[in-house]
Amino acid sequence: MSNQNQQAVARYHNNFLREVEERVEDGDWVKMCMQCGVCAGSCPLGSAWEHTPQKIFMMIRAGKRDEVLKSDAMWMCTSCYNCIVRCPRKLPITHIMHGLANYAHRLDMAPKGQPTRVIAKLFWDNLVKTGRVNELKFSLAMYFKDGFVQGIKNAMAMQSAGLSLVKAKRLNPMEIIGGHKCKDSSGIKKMIARAREIEDRKKGFTS
Amino acid sequence: MADNKFAAYICSGCGIGDKIDIGTLEKIAKKEGKMAEVKVHPFLCSTEGVQLISDDIANEAVTHVCIAACSRRAKTEAFYFPTVAMSRANLREGVLWVVAEGDAHDEVRQEMADDYVRMACAEVKKMKLPEGNPNHGGNKRILVVGGGMSGMTSALEAADAGYDVVIVEKQALLGGWGAKLWKRVPFKAPYAEPQDTGVAELAAKVSSHPRIKVYVGSTVAETAGAPGRFNIKIAQDADIVEETVGAIVQATGFTSYDIAKLPELGGGQANVTDQAGLEALAIAANGAAIKRADGKVVESVVFVQCAGQRDDTGKHLPYCSGHCCATSIKQAMYFKDANPDINTVVMYQDLRVPGMGEDFYRSAQDKGVTFTKGRASGVESSGSGCRVSFRDLILDEDTSVEADLVVLATGQVPSAGVDLEAWNPVVMAADGGAEDAKQKKAEMQKISILNLNYRQGPDMPQFKHGFADSHFICFPYETRRTGIYAAGPVRRPMDMLQATEDATGAALKAIQAVENASLGRAAHPRSGDLSFPTARLEGCTQCKRCTVECPFGAIDEDERRFPKFNEERCRRCGTCMGACPVRVISFENYSVDTVGSQIKSVDMPDEFSEKPRILILACENDAYPALDMTGLSRTVYSAFVRVIPVRCLGSVNTIWITDALNAGYDGVMMMGCKKGDDYQCHFVKGSELAHYRMSKIGDTLTQLGLEPERVVTHEVAITDNTRVAQYINDYVAQINEIGMSPMKGFN
Repeated sequence: MSNQNQQAVARYHNNFLREVEERVEDGDWVKMCMQCGVCAGSCPLGSAWEHTPQKIFMMIRAGKRDEVLKSDAMWMCTSCYNCIVRCPRKLPITHIMHGLANYAHRLDMAPKGQPTRVIAKLFWDNLVKTGRVNELKFSLAMYFKDGFVQGIKNAMAMQSAGLSLVKAKRLNPMEIIGGHKCKDSSGIKKMIARAREIEDRKKGFTS
Repeated sequence: MADNKFAAYICSGCGIGDKIDIGTLEKIAKKEGKMAEVKVHPFLCSTEGVQLISDDIANEAVTHVCIAACSRRAKTEAFYFPTVAMSRANLREGVLWVVAEGDAHDEVRQEMADDYVRMACAEVKKMKLPEGNPNHGGNKRILVVGGGMSGMTSALEAADAGYDVVIVEKQALLGGWGAKLWKRVPFKAPYAEPQDTGVAELAAKVSSHPRIKVYVGSTVAETAGAPGRFNIKIAQDADIVEETVGAIVQATGFTSYDIAKLPELGGGQANVTDQAGLEALAIAANGAAIKRADGKVVESVVFVQCAGQRDDTGKHLPYCSGHCCATSIKQAMYFKDANPDINTVVMYQDLRVPGMGEDFYRSAQDKGVTFTKGRASGVESSGSGCRVSFRDLILDEDTSVEADLVVLATGQVPSAGVDLEAWNPVVMAADGGAEDAKQKKAEMQKISILNLNYRQGPDMPQFKHGFADSHFICFPYETRRTGIYAAGPVRRPMDMLQATEDATGAALKAIQAVENASLGRAAHPRSGDLSFPTARLEGCTQCKRCTVECPFGAIDEDERRFPKFNEERCRRCGTCMGACPVRVISFENYSVDTVGSQIKSVDMPDEFSEKPRILILACENDAYPALDMTGLSRTVYSAFVRVIPVRCLGSVNTIWITDALNAGYDGVMMMGCKKGDDYQCHFVKGSELAHYRMSKIGDTLTQLGLEPERVVTHEVAITDNTRVAQYINDYVAQINEIGMSPMKGFN
C-alpha cells in the first residue's frame, strides 16, 4: 500500500463517497446519479468495461474502494462524450472517469501495465520535459515499452509509415537529439509545479 | 293522441339528393310513415331550414319531428327543438358515405335510405317528449364525510362556490392524516425543501366559514334518499342529529398498511417503524435531532420502499401507493437538515416521484441522501440497531447495511367501508335465517361509512383493491352511487397535493349533481337528460332483476316489494329496461317499443332476393360514433345492415333479438364497449350484462331452428372506425355462407 493510499484510508475511514467528492475531479457529482443506466447504454465500449459508469457510481456509494480504484474500467474511456450528452442528470461522466483514473494512478492503485495508463504516463513525461511533445521520442518510447526486441519488431512493422512521414517532412529524424523546445521551458515546469501544489492543497494531499 | 302532429323533414344537401331519390323518401314518409307533413329542403341545417321546422312547431302545432339528414350526433345545435319529440334518420354518415360509389350500388343505397326513413318515422311515433322527473328534491347542500385534507378542501371549495356544506369528522379535531405530519412534501417551486402542512390554518378556515357546519367526533349513522333529497342521520356521542343534503363527497382517506403484517421486514421490532411512526418522532423532536423510542439519537437510518406493496405473491398490497417515495425523501431530509452527517439510505426498487417530485429527489441527492437500488429481504436486530439484508439490484449481489432505525414505507389502504361483494352473500344468508350470517352482517355493518339504506348495500361498490371509484381514468370522482363522489386516497392511492385537486373536482361534481337533481335531470354521463324510467307495476312479476342489475343501485323495493326507482339516483342507461323479462320498464323517448317498432318497420326482401338484412344494435357512446367516423373517413361497408343506436348494450332487451329474427333478419350484431376489469362501458356494467344475457340466447335460437352465429357481440372502442367496417363486411360474408334466414315471409 502506497504511503498516499494509507493516508487516504486513514483520513476517510470507510466513507469512499466523501473521499471521491473531495479528491476526484468532478467527484461531487457522483451522488447526483439516479441509476438510469443511460451512460452504460450509450458507451460505445460499454461491453468492454469491467464496470459501466452507472455501476462505478453505485460502487462508490456502496464504499467499494479497492474494487473501484483497482479496476481498469475508467481507463477504457475514449472521451467520446456520448454519456455526458445523454445523461439526464447532466453528470460530467467522462470527466469523472478521467478523475477516477487519475486518482487511482496517484495512489498507485491503478492496474500495472494498463496500456492507457502507460501511454498517458509516457505522454506526460515527454510533455513536461520541454513543454512540447517530441513525437519521435514519444513514438520510440511506445515501441520499446515492452522491451528491446519487441521495440525493433514494432519499428520494422511501422517502417513504411515512418519513412513516408519523413519524406512528407512531417517527421524530423534529427529530433532524436534534443529536439526543439518551448521558449521558456523552465517557466512551464514552474507553472506545472505550482498547479500541482494548489491541487494538492485543495484536495487535502498536503495540509 | 289527438293532439299529436307528426312531421318529417328531409334534407337533400351534402350530396344526399344526388345519390338518393328524395321523391321516394317523401312518399315513404307520407304513406308508410304516416307523417302529416313531409317537407324537403336542400340545406336543412341552414338558418332557413331550421326556421322552416321552428315555424311548423310554432304555427302548425307539430309535436313530433322526424329529421332525415345527417347522423343524430351531427348538427345538434341547429336541430335543437326542446319542445318536441324528435327522431333522426341517418342518411349522410349512415348511407351516403358508407355505401360504395357507383350505379351498381344505387339500388341497395336507395333501399338503405328508405329503411332509415321508415325506422325514424316508426320511432318518433312511439316517442313522448321527456318532461323531467316531477318528484325531485331541491336541496343543494353538500355533505362532506371526512375532515382531512381532501374533505376540508372539498368543503371550502363548495362553500366558496356558494353552497352550504355539512362536514362530518370521526375524530375530535379536523385535520386527518395531515395533522399528524411534521412537514409535507413541497407543492410550490422550487420543490426543494419540505414545507409546512398548513393543516391548522385550513382547519381554522373551515371551522369559521359561515357556510360550513362542522360535526367533529361524529359518524354517519344512516344515509337515505337520493340526490337532491338525502336524509342523513349523524351520530354524535349518543345523540342523533338529522340533516338534509343534496349530494355527498366521501373523503374518508386511508389507513396505513399494518406493519405487523410484515415480520420479515422487521414489523413489530423496536427499532423498526412506518412512515407515520417517523412523523410522530419528528414532531416530538421539533426540528432537533430525531430520537428513537428508547431515547437514542438516530445516527443512521434506512428507508425501505415498497414494504408490503407492489407485491405479486398475493400476501400484501399489489399496488403502488404513489406517495411513499416522496414521503421517504422528505423524511430523509428531516435527518439531513438536522445533521448532515447522519447516514440516510433510501432503498428503492423504482423511485417514483410523480408531479414535480424529480426536483425534490435531486434536492435530496444534493443534501447527500444515499439512494440504493435494492430489494430488502430481511431486517433483524443487530447491536443497538438493525441490519437490513438486501439484494443490490445494480451490483447484483446480496449485501447488508446497519442502521439505528429502519423506516418501512407501507402503502395506503382505502377506508371505503363495506365491500359489497362480500356483503351480499352474507345478507342473502341472513335473510334466509342463518344466525351466524346475521351476526356477521351486524359485524360488517360496523365498518360502514355511509350506512346507505340502499337495497344493494350500505357503501359504494369498490373498484379495484377496495378503492371507491368507478373508473380511474375516464370518470374520476364518479362512483357507482349517483350524487355521491369520492375524493382523495379513498378513491385511489395519492399524495396530499393530488388529494386537494381531487377534492376540488369532487366538489364540482357534487355541485353539478345538486343542480341537475333540482331540475329533475340526469347526471353524468347523460347529463341533462330529462327522461326517466317508469314501470307499469301492474305487469311487474317482482322478479327483482332490475333492482339487482342496476349498476348504480338506484332501484330499491317498496313495501309491496315492487321496484322503487329513486329517479334522481338513475343514470338513464336503461339496464333495467334490458333486464325486465316482462318489459314493463320504459323511458318516455326510449322504450322497448321505440326500438322494437324500428326493427319491425324495415322492409324485408324475400329469401331469394340475395339481399340479407342484418340488424346492428350499437351503443351510442362508442360504437355509434365509431360507425359515424367510418362514414367520415368514407370507409365502405355493406349496405345490408340497419343500425339502431341504443343507450347502452345493457338496455338491449332480448325481445328485440327474438323480434328481429322472427321478422326475417338474417343476423344481429351487437356492438358495445369493452367489458371486464378494464372496462370502458359508460355505465360500468351494461356491456358485461349484455354479453351475459346474450350467452343465454342460444336456447332461443335453437327453438327457432336458427344457427347460433345469427347473433354476435363485438367490443368496439370509439377509435375502431376501420375495424367496425371490417366486422360488418366479415359478418355479411359469414351470413352469405350460412344462408338466408328461413324465417322470412311469415309476417
